[in-house]
Amino acid sequence: MKTQHKTPNLDQLESGPWPSFVTGFKRLAEKNDMMADLLGQLEHSYENKKGYWKGGTISVMGYGGGVIPRFSEVADKFPASAEFHTLRIMPPPGLHYDTDILRKFCDIWDEHGSGLLALHGQSGDMMFQGCSSENVQGAFDAINELGFDMGGAGPSVRTSMSCVGAARCEHSCFNEAVAHRTVMNSFTDDLHRPALPYKFKFKFSGCPNDCMNSVQRADMAVIGTWRDDIQIKQDEVKAFVQTRGRQYTVDNVTSRCPTQCMTLNADDSISIDNRNCVRCMHCINVMTKALSPGKDRGVTILLGGKRTLKIGDLFGTVIVPFKKLETEEDYTGLVELAETIIDFWAENGLEHERCGEMIERIGFATFLEGVGIEAEPAMLAQPRSNSFIRMDTWDEEADKWKQRHAEKAGVK
Amino acid sequence: MQKHIRQAIESGVPDSFSFMHPLMRKNYGQWDWHERPRPGVLHHVSLYGDEIWTVRAGTQRQMDTDTIRELCEIADEYADGYVRFTIRSNIEFMLADGSRVASLIDKLLEQGFPVGGTGNAVSMIAHTQGFLHCDIPATDASGVAKSIMDSLHDEFINERMPNRVRLSTSCCQINCGGQADISINIQHTKPPMINHDLVANICERPSVVARCPVAAIRPALVNGKPSLEVDEKKCVCCGACYPPCPPMQINDPEHSKLAIWVGGKNSNARSKPSMQKLVVAGLPNNPPRWPEATAAVKTILQCYKEDARDWERLGEWIDRIGWQRFFDMTGFPFTRFHVDNWSGSRYTLNHSTHIRF
Repeated sequence: MKTQHKTPNLDQLESGPWPSFVTGFKRLAEKNDMMADLLGQLEHSYENKKGYWKGGTISVMGYGGGVIPRFSEVADKFPASAEFHTLRIMPPPGLHYDTDILRKFCDIWDEHGSGLLALHGQSGDMMFQGCSSENVQGAFDAINELGFDMGGAGPSVRTSMSCVGAARCEHSCFNEAVAHRTVMNSFTDDLHRPALPYKFKFKFSGCPNDCMNSVQRADMAVIGTWRDDIQIKQDEVKAFVQTRGRQYTVDNVTSRCPTQCMTLNADDSISIDNRNCVRCMHCINVMTKALSPGKDRGVTILLGGKRTLKIGDLFGTVIVPFKKLETEEDYTGLVELAETIIDFWAENGLEHERCGEMIERIGFATFLEGVGIEAEPAMLAQPRSNSFIRMDTWDEEADKWKQRHAEKAGVK
Repeated sequence: MQKHIRQAIESGVPDSFSFMHPLMRKNYGQWDWHERPRPGVLHHVSLYGDEIWTVRAGTQRQMDTDTIRELCEIADEYADGYVRFTIRSNIEFMLADGSRVASLIDKLLEQGFPVGGTGNAVSMIAHTQGFLHCDIPATDASGVAKSIMDSLHDEFINERMPNRVRLSTSCCQINCGGQADISINIQHTKPPMINHDLVANICERPSVVARCPVAAIRPALVNGKPSLEVDEKKCVCCGACYPPCPPMQINDPEHSKLAIWVGGKNSNARSKPSMQKLVVAGLPNNPPRWPEATAAVKTILQCYKEDARDWERLGEWIDRIGWQRFFDMTGFPFTRFHVDNWSGSRYTLNHSTHIRF
């Protein structure tokens, strides 16, 4: 066994009620030289308030991404952790595991890597952290044999996330797990072989609570919603009002409705003006037993969310107000939409420009025209207020709208 | 003889159904309602009448294999050998038998895993890699998360906040930690220090120039070598040039500080999703415990807890009481840095006479 480095700074992170990563690192350091030196380098960083990793190029046979290469800049002091690469592996949707598969991962990682596993990274990957260049292929082969595949890194489609959804949540408005797999597994080539302008992330949230934070983190956010009326069990509403009181119900349910579409009636039942409900989820979140989403469920799709680099944080913007996701045709439509968008962005995006940034640069109306989607009021918070626009084809555009309306009316 | 190289099986995202607790598989899409019998526990009932109890516990996220094996043993004993993880690295054990919830909680506490993070609680911090694995970190991530969660432990195991509180930390200004009710992020305060001897050999200069959000970088000949120079008046010290060009060192042990942002919200409940806003900057990057950042987070949480109405998220509470009162209550200084100068920032200014006195 290697002599253990002194870690007076990290030692202070072993006390306190929250589980300590340092304690686990030390346990590994006793049997793994790489982790012993890793602890040394981490302590060195704590002393000097500096990071000491640089990137490089490491991948597995046939793929271009998925491994995050890390070479130490202080390898002379900590030679055993000179190479400390991460393998990003895609988990099942909803992050479900049985103990058998987790133990197999542990055995593989003790054999090929450091024994340090992060569950999970910010993009949703299992992160197998700490692998020498030599062992990357062997570790991946063993994990791949279990039916697990490499995640995304670099300018590519990235690993996706979906909420627990239909597996354990009554708010679920679509089959998150199936949508997640169907979309992602249509883009494995774009995921494994980085060749896009920059990263592209899909996220799937089962309802407007958006537990996956898709509106701020996903280039394409697929969020569950419904078109018909909220389902009400009036006997449960009455039970709620009788237990919590009318005042509580008014203060915390009806008056919190953003469109004031709820009324608490004299007999302790509730009425909802569903035409004006914006599907915010608040009342359903508070009255979990009495209220639930309607039955005509589907998704809203938003595009272009991202964090700061490079033009500042952007929310996703609605590009499809409602889409059913039930039949094979529905799923094919979703994949085709994603393909159209990614193709347009791959063609028109600048290097290192996220999809939302491209839309910001070229304008949303231009983007819609480019991908062949017609503008709809639900895409906007408000129509333009700036009169500097040339509108000589107004009549043609107005005719298109009338025609679309007529077609819709015909379908009904 | 050459070693045979195995071709990857491009299987993509694996199917989740075989890894799902059997009761979840059986009742997939058929859940009817839920309640929270106590902090850290969810009780779901399906349309078929099946019931499932979930016990949620905090983890350190960065786990050694023995910790994972320990969690597996608990899952085998109590949860039919299945677990799942949340987006904030909490682990969930699903039980078919509600009578075993209490003993599972005892077991988890005995092994050092706090039970909570449900409902109107402070959940685990979404965080990044920091010194452990990032190539551009100005601070650590796991250590910051550990320090803050130690001091917010009581708010993780109880549900006594007005609404849920989501935290994040980021170890560079790209902010991979993400939007949150409270976000603790590094903020560089000095332009990059350029090692001109290395730029030509390491950096692809046009792509570095293109990466700058404020066009402050231009090619230059320094000491006879092709390099880059930074217009320090324009530079916003974001560090975006550092990943493609490490000789442009942005991290500064002394001058890279922590800043705290509040009011990020991704849920559509009540108000539309919102971005986080700056509260305080200039906090020292002070390992191993970052006491100043932790104290600032606690100040914000205390004011929120005392003053917000039930179900108001942190940002919604501030929208109701106004920023003036928020700064008065928390005691943080209001500075010219709180005024956004970026494109589109006119919409963050007050275009009305709506003012609280």
